[in-house]
Parts: sequence; structure tokens; C-alpha cells
Amino acid sequence: MSVLVYTQNWDGKFKKSSFELVSYASKVADMLNVSVIALSIGAVENDELKKLGNYGAGKILNVNNEQCKILDNQVYTNIISQVALKEKSSVIIISNNNEGKAIAPRLSVSLKAGIGSGVSKLPVNLNPFTVYKRTYSGNAYAQVVINSEIKILTLAQNSFDLFETTNNSVIEDLNISVDSSLLKTEVKDVQKMAGKILLTDADIVVSGGRGMKSPDNWGPIVELAGLLGAATACSRPVSDEGWRSHDEHTGQTGKIIAPNVYIAVGISGATQHLAGISSSKYIVAINSDKDAPIFEAAQYGIVGDAMKVLPKLIEAVKELKK
Amino acid sequence: MKILVCISNVPDTTTKVKFVEADTKFDTTGVQWVINPWDELSLTRALELKDDPSTGVKSVTVAHVGPASSEPTIRKALAIGADDAIRVNTEPSDGYYVASQLAEVIRKEQFDIIMCGIESSDFNGSVTGGMIAEFMNIPSVSAVSGLKIENGKPLLTREIDGGRETVSVPTPFVAIVQKGIAKEPRIAAMRGIMMARTKPVKIYEPMEAQSLTKFIVFEKPRPRAACKYIDAENPGLLIQLLQNEAKVI
Repeated sequence: MSVLVYTQNWDGKFKKSSFELVSYASKVADMLNVSVIALSIGAVENDELKKLGNYGAGKILNVNNEQCKILDNQVYTNIISQVALKEKSSVIIISNNNEGKAIAPRLSVSLKAGIGSGVSKLPVNLNPFTVYKRTYSGNAYAQVVINSEIKILTLAQNSFDLFETTNNSVIEDLNISVDSSLLKTEVKDVQKMAGKILLTDADIVVSGGRGMKSPDNWGPIVELAGLLGAATACSRPVSDEGWRSHDEHTGQTGKIIAPNVYIAVGISGATQHLAGISSSKYIVAINSDKDAPIFEAAQYGIVGDAMKVLPKLIEAVKELKK
Repeated sequence: MKILVCISNVPDTTTKVKFVEADTKFDTTGVQWVINPWDELSLTRALELKDDPSTGVKSVTVAHVGPASSEPTIRKALAIGADDAIRVNTEPSDGYYVASQLAEVIRKEQFDIIMCGIESSDFNGSVTGGMIAEFMNIPSVSAVSGLKIENGKPLLTREIDGGRETVSVPTPFVAIVQKGIAKEPRIAAMRGIMMARTKPVKIYEPMEAQSLTKFIVFEKPRPRAACKYIDAENPGLLIQLLQNEAKVI
């Protein structure tokens, strides 16, 4: 028996979220009294793979064959499925990010394993196996029983702390053959936004809403974000108007994020917006309307004109950095 | 080319969520039901493709798993412009069960492109589309923010961390759709509402299938601590609080 954790890599590197995932997997394995096996697919150097051991992975499996150069959901599902059966995994843990959401449901059918998707803490019960997840777009949480033999949990990003431990890991290169007819995805073009802090990875997010009045007023938001090492985000009306790109749209139908601090500037705080940010540890609201619902969600608030408040905030952060 | 859009029936996004029966059931009193927002965007894009004769899209069908009470949501999809609808007459108990039912319908009816929203706004499972594809052993592309058809070949844009890719897969396939696929959901016009009344809704009885998960109890998020206000003349204090009290910067 084992807990299998699939750790995605980005150009051969892991991220903090990968280590959160392994930390989570090793706590689940402790509950079940079994070992943690990490699975990496694609080209990753041994030094990098070894890092997964710092968070409790006992065995680190590395699959790197011709078919896994690009993400094909059927190929990846097939590899993870084969490994899970070989390692007799009773729980499989995957991130709830784009890649995880693409693979986990297929894996569920392939292994007839129920999914607890977007879990944000450890299972609340082992018998019956019960997980805790966000539901109704953040307006509620639920306990969900998974009644299949194998369980798949997808972990919400930024919801679990890192736990370091003694590294006793061994790395094993695994030769898994995949029927080449499975590979059907053809990538025609890739556009990467280099140098930008990803919204879903960011610890700090500075976000602007319609209260910013014009796309020309975004300068101070971008500057403040730069100083804080933060990502920039926006509300739906802003992306609908084309003031900012739709990748920045945070809210129910956009990105769901959980940074340590979310600074909402000129955002009124409609239910749909709050659905995307309610898991933030702290919410800061800056708005000229003292009755804006965002203040009910916020722990810190400033009632005032953003264009006057932001320059002062920027000065204060510059002072702090000195 | 035939497109199927799978639609889920969800509470309107502004609903005040409440529970009854010792927090084991969602309180449906006074709730307005709507097409799941991502499914509505999928439908909009499917209809845009059909409107353009160069795409070769001949029909747009919607499919839904749910009891007769979800008929108004299906009619709404028909009013927006879908040609016909399929309803599998059963309670949608979990994603695995729903995907089993939809896969069976798709096998019988045959579609080239199957579109599913990336999640439903009620259970937030993000599972149905991928499951349908695996049940049918066909390709799936997830986090799709663009779909076009060029010279009879579908091209998809998928969001990856920090960028996007243009990909193609052979038909039939499942596109799991997110924000960006269409600008704004299409709204039903009066003519559409009139026509929807006579459009065909085919009803299938459910096949034998299992559920693998069950929601047992719900809770409301804990209320957050009251907001601490900082004088707009002295926002520097905010930075101090974030550094020393919240310890987040």
C-alpha cells in the first residue's frame, strides 16, 4: 500500500506548490501508516527530483519517455494509472491546477477511483474516507465521503503548509511503455509570458477593479505589485472591458486564488468576485465607497480615492525596503 | 460537424447559500436556477461556430442529466439557440454517475465535439468532462479558452501555467472549457423563446451506473474578523500592520 503523489514540473523544475503537495501526501500517508511515492513525468535532473525527499517522499519515480514530451491527457493518465496499480496505491494526490484538473478525472475512470476535488485540509475521517472541500463557489464547505477502493484527492493550491523532514529518498528511473496510438495531442504553437509572477502561485496579489476608472490608471497598481513581489489581478468588468488581459480576471468564472494577502483596489466585492478570493489569508480593501461589500470580507480597509492612496502606499513600501 | 454542449443546472450565482435538514441538504427555497456559467459560455461559442458557414457545424445539441424539474434550464438553452436537447431522467448524484450517463448518450447519438464547462458553480468538482472522455476512450483538452475550426479542423487554445498553447486533436473529442471561450454569454431573444417551446427534447432513462462520492454535510465559511480601518491620509500604517501584525509582507 502507498500514497502516490504526482508532481508536475515546469521546464524541469518544481515549485513551492509541488512541495506543498508532497507535504500533504506525507501527512495523509502518516494517517494511513503507509509510505509516500512521488511520481515525476518528463525530463527532470536528479538533484531536482531529490528535493521531493525533503518533504517526505520515500521513493521518487521518474518516467521520461518519448510520448510525455507534451501534455497529452490520455498518455499522462495511462502512465499514472500504471504506476498506481504497480505500487498498490490506495490514495493518489494531484494538484488542483490546470494540469491536475485535466488528468484527475480521467484517472478516476481508469482506476474507478472517486475524486475529492479541491480539498483544502487533511481527510477528516478514514472510515468512511471523508474529505473536506470548498463548494458552492466558496459560499460553503462540505464533507464528502469517497466510497471507492482507490481515492484521488486534488489539493487546492496554497492551502497546505510545507513540512520538511529528513531526506531518506531513493530515486528510481521507471520504464513505462505507453501505446503510441494514445498520443493524439499536437501542439501547434506555444505562447509563454516570461518573467511574470503567476497569479495562482503568488503570495501577494494586487488587484484593480472598475473603481480605477481607466486602463491608463494602472501604473500605481503595477508599481505597488512590483515593489511587493506581487502578481497583478483584476475584477471581471475590467477584463470584459479589455482594460487588462483575461488571465488576470479573478472571481467565480475566472481564477480562484488563495494568496497570503489580496489587496483589492477599487473593487466593490460582488459575490462572484469574492468567490475567487475568499480563501485568501488576508484581504485588504481600498475603496472610495465606505458601504462597498468588499469591506465585509476584508480585515484591513482604507476608505479613500485609490489614485490618492496608492502613491502614499508606494512611498511607504519604498521606506520599508530601505 | 455536430457539437454537443453538456449543461448543468445550478443556483443563480447571487444566491444566498443556505442548508436544511441539519446541514445535509441545500435549501432550494426561492432559488433561481440557471445554466452553469461555463456551460453557458460553451453554448455561446458553439452557436457562434454554427453561425459561421465556413466551419461546417451543422447542429448544436445540449445534454443534461437531471429530473423533469430542470426542464426550464434546458428550455433556456434552446431559447438561446441550441437546435435540440437530450435529458437523462435521473438525479445527478455525483460526477462519475453523470459522466457515465452522458458517455452512454454520446455513444448512441454520435457527436464530433463535446463541450463541458470546467466546473459547476455548485459542487466545484471539475470532473465531468474528463470522465466522459475516459469512459469513451477519446481525447480531451482541458482549460480551453479558445475553439475555432479552420479547413474543417478544430484548433483549441488551452491555458497552461504562465501561458497558452494552440493544440489540435482528432474528432471526436471533449473540450473542457473555461473563461475566454466566448466574450459574453448569448441572451435569448423573444423569437428564440417562442421557438424553444417546440424544439425537441429527447428523454433517456438512466443506465445502471455507480456513484463514487457522496456529500454528507455542509457548513458555511466562518465569518472573518471585522475590518480594521486605516486613515486614508496615513496608508503607511497599513504597510506596518501587514508587516508586523499579519506578517504577510
